[in-house]
Amino acid sequence: MAVKSLPKEELMRPGGGGCPGCPSSLALRIALKALGKNSVVVMPACCAVVCVGPYPKSSIDVPVVSMAFEASAAAASGIVSGFKRKGKEDTNVVVWAGDGGTYDIGLQALSGAVERGTDFIYICYNNEMYSNTGIQRSGATPFGAWTTTTWTGKEERKKDLPAIMRAHGLPYMATAIPCYQEDLFRKVQKAMSIRGPKYIEILAPCPPGWRFPMEKMLEIGRLAVDTGAFALYEYENGQLTFNLKSKSILEQKVEPKPIEEYLQLQGRFAHLFKPQRNEEALSRIRAELDENWDRMRKQVECGVA
Amino acid sequence: MSQKVKTTISYPVDGAMGQTGVWRDFRPVLDSSKCVKCLKCWIACPDACIKRAEDDSISIDYVYCKGCGICANECPTKAITMKREGLGE
Amino acid sequence: MIIIDTGDRIAAKAAQMARPEFIAAYPITPQTVIVEKTAEYAETGELDAEYVRVESEHSAMTAVIGAAITGIRTFTATSSHGLALMHEMLHWAALSRLPIVMVNVNRTLGPGWNIWADQTDALAQRDTGWVQFYCSSCQEIFDAILQAYRLAEMEDVQLPVMVNYDAFVLSHTSMPVEVPDQAEIDKFLPPYRALWQIDPDDPITYANMVPQAHYGGIRKDMQDAHERVKDLVPRIANDWEQRFGTNHGGLVDQIQCEDAEYVLVTMGAFGAEAKVAVEQLRDEGVKAGLARIRLFRPFPSEVFWELSRGRTFVVVDRGVSVGAGGGIYTELKSALYGHSTAPVHSFIAGLGGKDVTYGEMADMVKRVAAGKAGEVEWWGLDGQGGA
Repeated sequence: MAVKSLPKEELMRPGGGGCPGCPSSLALRIALKALGKNSVVVMPACCAVVCVGPYPKSSIDVPVVSMAFEASAAAASGIVSGFKRKGKEDTNVVVWAGDGGTYDIGLQALSGAVERGTDFIYICYNNEMYSNTGIQRSGATPFGAWTTTTWTGKEERKKDLPAIMRAHGLPYMATAIPCYQEDLFRKVQKAMSIRGPKYIEILAPCPPGWRFPMEKMLEIGRLAVDTGAFALYEYENGQLTFNLKSKSILEQKVEPKPIEEYLQLQGRFAHLFKPQRNEEALSRIRAELDENWDRMRKQVECGVA
Repeated sequence: MSQKVKTTISYPVDGAMGQTGVWRDFRPVLDSSKCVKCLKCWIACPDACIKRAEDDSISIDYVYCKGCGICANECPTKAITMKREGLGE
Repeated sequence: MIIIDTGDRIAAKAAQMARPEFIAAYPITPQTVIVEKTAEYAETGELDAEYVRVESEHSAMTAVIGAAITGIRTFTATSSHGLALMHEMLHWAALSRLPIVMVNVNRTLGPGWNIWADQTDALAQRDTGWVQFYCSSCQEIFDAILQAYRLAEMEDVQLPVMVNYDAFVLSHTSMPVEVPDQAEIDKFLPPYRALWQIDPDDPITYANMVPQAHYGGIRKDMQDAHERVKDLVPRIANDWEQRFGTNHGGLVDQIQCEDAEYVLVTMGAFGAEAKVAVEQLRDEGVKAGLARIRLFRPFPSEVFWELSRGRTFVVVDRGVSVGAGGGIYTELKSALYGHSTAPVHSFIAGLGGKDVTYGEMADMVKRVAAGKAGEVEWWGLDGQGGA
């Protein structure tokens, strides 16, 4: 699939409220090209709601349901049922939530909705922090990252929410990233073709939160994949399939770039290098990365997820 | 849809957050002679401010473009360059 | 048709006959029977609705809101801590002007864990903008739920409505209830027509950010709707009475108030007790009456302005706002100020489900009449209280 073949129609208007270079805005714009007009997007409190713009205006050309922070998946459950009563079972019901409303405060509602087999697509744009309230740490913040509530770097590793989703036995989940637009588009389309709960996690490199120049937003994303910090894969029917560069890394056909290339471009990791290198933290980061990839290799080898 | 009760129902328009073009420090400038119509800029704009024409050429919506510079960063031929706003050009 | 059943099962029956298309509810003692019965109705097809077994009360109200915005009639039920947990979404439902009907079984909050009757749970929600009814019999529960839908869905209202009744005393007590035919109910309660809904054919954004200047008007519109509710409740009750023969007294059920000197003011099951207390007092020569509040929100101030002339109010509260006073007491005094100088006495009783008999209520009135009552008395604590 080439960029040119992506649908021309825009379901997002210019002049929304996102920061310049916002990865959520870009990812949503692409996702909407796949979803089309017959969709409803539920957004809990998160940056995306601000991007939509203030009453009485909006920047999205499909119905958008803003919702309380922890509640998006529960609201989606209600909407799915309501649409069933209205004969609109083919309308895509999509949640577009940040990692705060997914990994942390929204986890209960998400787990409940998935366990009940709700026919919806839950998309988490993960900028690895509570960005809307000003860059506080979340359960998705990686080890060592600065945030406004982890001034000397987060001490815990990030939660593996995709694994938690797979533990529910849902029919499909995938990871994606806005620098690989066709891949993101394809995965949203794939999710649309399956009945039941689907989960897509999109890494969202956030310029103000991760502290890098905004024009590099897609570049940082590519580095996330090239270093193995973020893995692109799909899960369907119990099987894991890796995509693009992540596949080559998994199969050890290509060496991942050194993780420091990724870390050094982001101000949120600057304290690991200046005033002096924090070797302990850096080796822990490398060790966790290796551990994750070893585990994923074993999972693929054994056919488990 | 008529609103008989006062609750927050909003409608999609361009510029929901206002004329976001005033946010810019830098503006993207296109040199069409270098453009190969790959459309990488079009797909990379988070605000749908790169308009795609029928023939796959592009134009920039300066009313709303926030000047993030991703388009210039992604352009393989450097057909788009970022110029400082307000200093003439 | 007369059936004899508990408050919860009657509530479930009323909900079934209202024909909601969506129910999401989470069990909590003593509302569990409603959840179980409505689930059964949905599975046997006696209720043609989507039923979602949510994982918490917060999600129950949220899912109901999600369904309601697609333009369908909804129902849920809760109690006590469940109501408290969904507090945020109660605000959400009211500010969204959604005609949701919810049964709340009045049970107190802990710690300590207490599953028995007390109205503090619903009193704590009085700021949310929900209309609140309080019932004192199973017949009233049945009637109130159906009337609640009719009220909520009116174009001039568009507010969510909470129907309250006491834990165990009503929820688990069987009483005879006259249940009309479904066809007659359908005439009283026609199909729901939403004023607005989520529809891909007409994309709207719902509940996005609101600039400061626009917010106040939203609240004022809710207040105006509450004012209209005070006129509409008696009209709907009269329509019901004409069709089905039962009427529980409009905004405030007034018993023997015409020549009363002392008027008991209370709500819920206490209202049934107080009615007998009034009879006992009259037998003893005390000119007593009862003003049983049915509609607590909006507060029926105008009724009390009228009623206050030449009377002393004896309020018996089964719920308290600590730091202020009994729920009814504080509202009543506030409503009367500037309109009446009638004395108001507060008895706080029955918290945590402690039994309060009609004899004790008669004692409260006699205490007031003898000039022995303080302005506020906490009744029945560690053996205290008595005439």
